[in-house]
Amino acid sequence: MQFGLSESQEILKDNARKFFAGECPLNHVRKLAETGSTYDADLWSKMAAQGFTGIIFPEEYGGMGMSAVDLSLLMEEAGRALVPGPFFATVALAATVINAVATDAQKKKYLAPICSGEARSTLAEIEAGAGWGARAEGKTTVVNGRLTGEKLFVPAADVADFLVVAAGSGVFAVQRNAPGVSVTPMPTMDLTRSVYAVRLDNTPAEKLGDASGMERATDVATAALVAEMVGGMQRILDMTVEYAKTRKQYGKAIGAFQAVQHQCADMYLETESSRSAAYYAAWALDHDPAQAATAVSIAKMYASDACRTVGNRGVQVHGGMGFTWENDLHLYYRRAKASETMLGDATFHRERIARLVIDAPGARPQGVH
Amino acid sequence: MDLNMTAEEQQFRDELRGWLKANVPADWSAKREDPLETRFEYLRTWQRKLFDGGWAGISWPKEYGGRGASLMQQVIFWQEMALADAPPMANVLGLGLIGPTIIGFGTNAHKQRYLSKILNAEEIWCQGFSEPNAGSDLASLQTSARREGDFYVVNGQKTWTSYGWIADWCEVVVRTDPNVPKHKGLTVMLLDMKTPGISVRPLRQMTGESEFSEVFFQDVRVPVENVVGEVNQGWEVALGTLMHERGTFGAGLQILYRRNMERLIELSHELERDGRPAAQDPLVRQKLAQCYAEIEIMRLNQMRAFSRISATGVPGPEGSIQKIFWSELNQRVQQVAQELLGPYAQLASSSSDAVDKGAWAYGYLRSRGNTIEAGTSEIQRNIIGHFVLGLPRSY
Ligand SMILES: Cc1cc2nc3c(=O)[nH]c(=O)nc-3n(C[C@H](O)[C@H](O)[C@H](O)COP(=O)(O)OP(=O)(O)OC[C@H]3O[C@@H](n4cnc5c(N)ncnc54)[C@H](O)[C@@H]3O)c2cc1C
Repeated sequence: MQFGLSESQEILKDNARKFFAGECPLNHVRKLAETGSTYDADLWSKMAAQGFTGIIFPEEYGGMGMSAVDLSLLMEEAGRALVPGPFFATVALAATVINAVATDAQKKKYLAPICSGEARSTLAEIEAGAGWGARAEGKTTVVNGRLTGEKLFVPAADVADFLVVAAGSGVFAVQRNAPGVSVTPMPTMDLTRSVYAVRLDNTPAEKLGDASGMERATDVATAALVAEMVGGMQRILDMTVEYAKTRKQYGKAIGAFQAVQHQCADMYLETESSRSAAYYAAWALDHDPAQAATAVSIAKMYASDACRTVGNRGVQVHGGMGFTWENDLHLYYRRAKASETMLGDATFHRERIARLVIDAPGARPQGVH
Repeated sequence: MDLNMTAEEQQFRDELRGWLKANVPADWSAKREDPLETRFEYLRTWQRKLFDGGWAGISWPKEYGGRGASLMQQVIFWQEMALADAPPMANVLGLGLIGPTIIGFGTNAHKQRYLSKILNAEEIWCQGFSEPNAGSDLASLQTSARREGDFYVVNGQKTWTSYGWIADWCEVVVRTDPNVPKHKGLTVMLLDMKTPGISVRPLRQMTGESEFSEVFFQDVRVPVENVVGEVNQGWEVALGTLMHERGTFGAGLQILYRRNMERLIELSHELERDGRPAAQDPLVRQKLAQCYAEIEIMRLNQMRAFSRISATGVPGPEGSIQKIFWSELNQRVQQVAQELLGPYAQLASSSSDAVDKGAWAYGYLRSRGNTIEAGTSEIQRNIIGHFVLGLPRSY
């Protein structure tokens, strides 16, 4: 047993960090956020050139064939850099679902252009009154291969070339410019990941597969999201510790005050614990399928609460400065709040854990691996 | 990253499982409730049996009676012991803290003399660090040792000394030079508790038990060869002990917590709430799931830490998050148990209505000590703040 990164994983993470630091510095992120469009075509093609857009997909579709852990390491660095735009929606959500449910021919058609960086996509899942994991409760209808309904909180729908839509018991591909598709922004707290309402009105769609096949794919996406949250938490922690070392009151660095220092210690504990859970969830997806769903929910549950409290503590330690628009903290804080609920908040995942471990005791792990 | 067992680890696990199956005493669940003293002798016999089977000191060097295996195998050992519901070993502090300190800082003669007797429970150890006026601020301790020929003469008092009432030996930190800054005049010694001049008075704790004691020293003569590390450099040695206490000591606890958790889940199916099993109450479900998840995260944090220690050889200050995590988590879990069981949770072992022989009433009260022993939560947060995050000292 060895629960640390391998040398190649360290290299992947390190390279990703350097790449984002160079190509996506925070002032650039802020500029995009303030202009309202979070998509940067230039950054996108550079990310594709790095192989990021195909990282976990089979080589036959132009992917890199790497593991869920590798995706998570990449997402952690993306989270640290607050990478804006459609990357998560395209790679972690849409492409993962396509890879899980579609036929070989469909993967050539939809997955390959994502891997190569030509196409962007997203997953349209939730509807009014039907939360995460309640796909069957959605009201979107499928009639003669045409979809009618409204999907909400769809990330990156504006720049998607096609959308992956969950409707009834199926998963469909819908072209962004197909008849009957309208995309309306839902201006939200997170300035770096835009979400949209997508209305479908008798829109032609291609069925990719059954919604039942989405479960693991959304778990992969959830694990990736948790890793991204960990990167964000780490950055908030770093910024806060730095501030606590330099800001002086009463003649000394505020970090010397225990009330401040203990906030930082708790941020560290929450960040590291989220990281342990995130890495394990990603690992279990590839290596321990029986535990994966529980591991993913544990990670998302913990990180959903932790990213909020880490953010709260970070803002508090920054004092008035932490409440300003100029300070970068709120950009991370907003993302953290959005990620907290995306793919299920802590309450949602606690209930999922309860179903897995209280209702089905046989599913509980017996001993270590 | 590979959380699967290696073939070697698996073989170790299987062999251990087989051994435990054949050897865990059947009467343990009855003996559990025995008074401390009788229980202790029972556990000593059990440890001896483990030693004879080759299962004590998994990661300790072979030449001193250990198994010479990896830290991960040591972890597997703790987990399997808890899974088999095996009794714990008697010499808790010798195995967890003092042995590793002797391995890290002792001379060959020390290792030869003490280690195997720790493993076979022939000699029980205690840790004489805290004093009435030196708790968190350990380095301010006043128990003194003055050199006289080939001996040190020790005077002073230790307190909260767990196992002091039964221990044969004690790792003490004493002041050998009062004229230098407080961290610079300390020395660690191995002290025979049978030496004339030592008196031990049991202290009763809020649970009603007397796990710890006060220990008084009056002109207690300790041979100079019993010094561990250099004279006046005992702070480094003491810190080594504390790092083990914080970093690796919690490993055996994780599965115990999980067993508690499984029991709570079981109870939630049996207990009724508003005419249905408590397990169907949404709030109970939320709370149990939260505990379950955190216990799992405790395991994962530990696994990451052990992997790091396996690479570096020693636990570092980041071990403080393990200490905070296990202590505060146990308090949360015990509180959820209290809520789940309602007033039944408070029944003592002497009540015939008590659930699980009063274990939850005891467990709740005992958990208050968790955030104090082995360095308080506040001190752990200071350590993280200063030594891990690099913030200025707060005091
Ligand atoms: C069950 C149990 C078993 C124990 N076993 C042993 C043993 O075997 N051997 C041994 O040597 N000791 C043992 N101890 C003692 C334990 O290590 C001490 O109790 C502990 O270090 C705290 O010291 P104190 O009790 O003097 O409290 P104090 O140090 O007086 O602390 C009182 C309060 O003040 C806070 N405080 C103190 N200093 C600071 C600071 N700088 N910053 C912020 N807050 C601060 C503490 O966190 C605490 O809340 C045991 C304790 C318990 C409860």
